[in-house]
Amino acid sequence: MADKILKKLNIKVWRQKNASSKGKFETYTIENISTGSSFLEMMDILNNELIEKGIDPIAFDHDCREGICGTCSLYINGRPHGPDTEVTTCQLHMRKFNEGETITVEPWRAAAFPVIKDLIVDRTAFEKILQAGGFVSVNTGGVPDANTIPVAYEDAEESMDAAACIGCGACVAACKNSSAMLFVSAKVSHLAKLPQGQVEAKKRARNMVAKMDELGFGGCTNTGACEVECPKSISITNIARLNREYLVSRLSR
Amino acid sequence: MSILNSKIPEGPLAEKWSKHKANIKVVSPANKRKLEVIVVGTGLGGASAAASLAELGYNVKAFCYQDSPRRAHSIAAQGGINAAKNYQNDNDSVFRLFYDTIKGGDYRAREANVYRLAEVSPNIIDQCVAQGVPFGREYGGLLANRSFGGVLVSRTFYARGQTGQQLLLGAYQALNRQISKGNVEMYSRHEMLDVVKIDGKARGIIARDLVSGEIKRYGAHAVVVATGGYGNVFFLSTNAMGSNGSAAWQCYKKGAFMANPCFVQIHPTCIPVHGDQQSKLTLMSESLRNDGRVWVPKKKEDAVKLQKGEIGPNDIPDEDRDFYLERRYPSYGNLVPRDVASRAAKERCDAGFGVNAEGKAVFLDFKYAIDRLGKDVIAARYGNLFQMYEKITDVDPYKNPMMIYPAIHYSMGGTWVDYNLMTSVPGLYSIGEANFSDHGANRLGASALMQGLADGYFVLPYTIGDYLADEIMIPKIDTDAPEFEEAEKEVTGRLEKLYNIKGSKSVDYFHKKLGQVMWDYVGMARNAEGLKKAIEMIKEIREDFWKDVKVPGDLDNLNPELEKAGRVADFLDIGELMARDALDRNESCGGHFREESATEEGEAKRNDEKFTYVSCWEYKGESEEPTLHKEDLVFENVKLTQRSYK
Repeated sequence: MADKILKKLNIKVWRQKNASSKGKFETYTIENISTGSSFLEMMDILNNELIEKGIDPIAFDHDCREGICGTCSLYINGRPHGPDTEVTTCQLHMRKFNEGETITVEPWRAAAFPVIKDLIVDRTAFEKILQAGGFVSVNTGGVPDANTIPVAYEDAEESMDAAACIGCGACVAACKNSSAMLFVSAKVSHLAKLPQGQVEAKKRARNMVAKMDELGFGGCTNTGACEVECPKSISITNIARLNREYLVSRLSR
Repeated sequence: MSILNSKIPEGPLAEKWSKHKANIKVVSPANKRKLEVIVVGTGLGGASAAASLAELGYNVKAFCYQDSPRRAHSIAAQGGINAAKNYQNDNDSVFRLFYDTIKGGDYRAREANVYRLAEVSPNIIDQCVAQGVPFGREYGGLLANRSFGGVLVSRTFYARGQTGQQLLLGAYQALNRQISKGNVEMYSRHEMLDVVKIDGKARGIIARDLVSGEIKRYGAHAVVVATGGYGNVFFLSTNAMGSNGSAAWQCYKKGAFMANPCFVQIHPTCIPVHGDQQSKLTLMSESLRNDGRVWVPKKKEDAVKLQKGEIGPNDIPDEDRDFYLERRYPSYGNLVPRDVASRAAKERCDAGFGVNAEGKAVFLDFKYAIDRLGKDVIAARYGNLFQMYEKITDVDPYKNPMMIYPAIHYSMGGTWVDYNLMTSVPGLYSIGEANFSDHGANRLGASALMQGLADGYFVLPYTIGDYLADEIMIPKIDTDAPEFEEAEKEVTGRLEKLYNIKGSKSVDYFHKKLGQVMWDYVGMARNAEGLKKAIEMIKEIREDFWKDVKVPGDLDNLNPELEKAGRVADFLDIGELMARDALDRNESCGGHFREESATEEGEAKRNDEKFTYVSCWEYKGESEEPTLHKEDLVFENVKLTQRSYK
């Protein structure tokens, strides 16, 4: 329980100046890291040391550091968000690593997520998928009283299970085909399980899937790697639901 | 006569907003098409405003520093959102929500604004449900509610422990719909660095493309700032790492008054600081206080043993535990408001009863609730929070009590705005946490989400029309105008200056130093001597910063250190203004304990005779002292009384 000190670690990290330059691994050593520190706090300390040595700090995406904003995105020792389950990188702690270990840090690997710099990738493709239909078409105001739309407890819970997706992209990074199916299915399920989302359900599934294909994400072959690496444990049963919604929408055209 | 005109409508409290809406101007659909609005920040306030304005027909440009609007810090709010729906038939009402909010804010908020907030709160829930926000439900299919700190009714709507995330996703979905229709141009990974004024009116902004480093000009008929709070001035806070006060500070430098800057909220249930490698604090939802009991040992020797790690919490029998909130505040118990709970925790720890190695933590214990309700019920209610706690601390809260300590959480102060949410610069609006208006000196739980969405969905879309109705003859703003050129030159000059210092210390070094001064002297307990000292210390840090900061990387590339440097430069200025404001306010109020203003028992003592005002600071120039203007707070509908939760 008490924090220990890791005396020395080697950090092997992907460095890439910008989208058009070629990247390569660099290895840095870092000393005296508390096991109670988060992985990103370790990165902060490393960066401060690099700055003092006149080396450009490592660029990585992060923000809330509470495991909810979905900004952080590192591939650590071959796994999205590192060697722990159900956590984002910001919630990964150094107690998961061993004295003297060499930790390999890479950006998300997917053609649809091009590298911007070092460990930062461009996830705009996710935005475009959601803009293709991931919403209920309702304007502000003029809506009925909330309790006139009853939702069965179980449906609300299932919808919430899917809505918990934070859009981090770990599912795409974990998939050997770089498929975005888990992400898309989470949004489709979130809205399909609620009466408010029914009217547009068919169109939504069709448009979002078409956009996903257009943007260069691969197909789903049901390996389940996405579910394993998802920090929010989004279930692949959502993918089954998406397939059903999609099929129905194709058949009813 | 003050130069501030709050534009609070005449008439009875309950009729002010409807009368005002009937009287303010409306822009015709044909003219809305010709008008452009810039919205900076895309959290609950910004996203809901941008979506609503675009739905109305305005051309909207929205900006955020994150890679997606979905990542705004509103997403981290856990517990819930209040609304005066009275679905539980427990005698809730608009007036009761208004009253609780005014009282919870220690009578330092505007009556009219708070009443309007309570009045539109039911519409927010209707709106979010229509958008598909998966709120918690009862088995009959209707919406569920829970109670929250500082309140005796159940009026809080929630989506597990992720309410902020779900509400933001609702607003983000509405925003996405407008982006896809071409009504909103979205600029992600862009940071506003200045606001541009032409003939005294806000006419656009200067922003930096954070990927390419390019500085660009954007014109609009009105500018809305929705950039959240400045809590990161303390370095360690519950704010997201990128949350900053820079946009609001640029508004201040362009003539928008800063109101009540010394008011920041201290949240009682954060995971305590450990060691010196920490970058930020993590909040545990206040909803935990519904079932968790807060305690420290009764005997000091037990506390010392806990601090040394010689015994564990379960070694201390019930009769030796001091449930100090239940002891001091029997009617509210563990559900007292945030400021009361925070101050009480600090008091116990300062007296030597803290329970972690640093002596800066108290227990939040679920043993009693588990005994009463069973582990499954507790897991269903708080499972994800318990899991998060265990991931961070490596302690299982089902077996051992959680350790918590107060932390900086939310900015009560912010840009001064009138009833229309317009700052003292015409055409420049400020909404959500970025403005000062609705929370006074303290915020009740579940009211921040309410304000962000109220402003964005239901207030600004009406009030901005009143201003824009007079702008319909103004053609598209020309960004080649000399005012834009000058602002761009200023921004570029400032970035180059920072970059060319090439000193020896990192940005974080200065930020941590500033944070320490802020916590020690401008934090939960303050006195005049300490505040004066803080002002001098901040000046020294600033001087050192501008001489010795080291900004690596390039100006024309993605450069997080450059971004941070600009924000910390502004935090140094904001910190000084906070200390000045705190020095002026010689009263204890909300979470802010002014040592010179205490009752005989050492409780916080408000001074209504002298301080029933909003302090509004006017920028006078870089090396000039700012001028203090006062907006007197007039209470016609509530009687100012000492807050009691006993």
